[in-house]
Amino acid sequence: MTRRLCLLMLVVASSAVAQVPVPLKAGSEFQAPGIRKLQADEFANPAMLWVAQGRQLWLAPRGAANKSCADCHGAAETSMKGVATRYPQVASQTGRVLNLESRINICTVERQHASALEYESDPLLALTAYVAHQSRGMPMAVVIDDALHEIFDQGRRLYHQRIGQLNLACHHCHQLNWGKQLLADNLSQGHGTGYPAYRFEWQKTGSLSRRLRACYFGLRAQMPEYGSSELLALEVYLAWRANGLAIEVPGVRK
Amino acid sequence: MALARLGIQEKARRGEVLPARLLILHAMETGFRLDAEGRAIARNVIRFIVCRYAGREVWRADLGSGIAANPYFEFFIRADVSGDIELHWEDDTLEKGSIRARIEVTS
Repeated sequence: MTRRLCLLMLVVASSAVAQVPVPLKAGSEFQAPGIRKLQADEFANPAMLWVAQGRQLWLAPRGAANKSCADCHGAAETSMKGVATRYPQVASQTGRVLNLESRINICTVERQHASALEYESDPLLALTAYVAHQSRGMPMAVVIDDALHEIFDQGRRLYHQRIGQLNLACHHCHQLNWGKQLLADNLSQGHGTGYPAYRFEWQKTGSLSRRLRACYFGLRAQMPEYGSSELLALEVYLAWRANGLAIEVPGVRK
Repeated sequence: MALARLGIQEKARRGEVLPARLLILHAMETGFRLDAEGRAIARNVIRFIVCRYAGREVWRADLGSGIAANPYFEFFIRADVSGDIELHWEDDTLEKGSIRARIEVTS
């Protein structure tokens, strides 16, 4: 809490102040009761198909090294518990900012000597969902240290930047007006703690990047590419903003 | 990729009615949608599902394009004998899928 206060004081000088909704409410709380029930049901939750696939991939040897994730990391239930609460973070060796997807791909390329999994492909979604699922119920705990500060600032600026023909920022819906109704939708607080999530609109599981792109599309703004620095910066800001909120991967959304 | 989940309890008393749940990973492409270039996307839905219990067919379902992606089914099985619950299905591309689970019946 003190860290959050310090950060608030740091950024208070600039125009767009980093703010957190009070109280924090998960994305599922803005969904209809039937969808909340479906998400809570470990069997019927359709995203569990991706988690199940992720488990198969975790155990299957791949690439020139013929190694599986489990060969290094053992059982994901113990080794990956709580990992998703600390992402995005900075890789200590390279200084690159990594989300869970890019962290998985580093292992795929450097340890398994396989080709990188394509963004938004089912195998990458499945592994991400499987890893993040191990932290279900654990609160987000991302630390914005010196290495992350620059991209965090970029994310904060993007969050408050008006975009598209509708000329709105993330901030306007998800910070100032959450809980109100926008056409047929309840405006959520816009946390990414349920992603990768199953959306009925997509009829499949998708990443947080895909969901962010959908907001850009809705505002009739140009969508950033998958893996772009804009989406990563927003992901960093959103992760900080959700600190303390429990992970609910795999989420189910309308 | 054929992937499915079947949820049914493993042990039952004779005559007990068991709830069972089935979830299949399938796009259930309706055939009514167009791709980004305006071309029709070919229909590909699961055409039928057959459920056998200890080798005997107990139900069969014909599916159409009105069923959403990743279909979910609930059904009931009366546990008479120890045996496998086997589910088989086939889609428009003739891709087959199956899943099975064992039920042990005690009297």
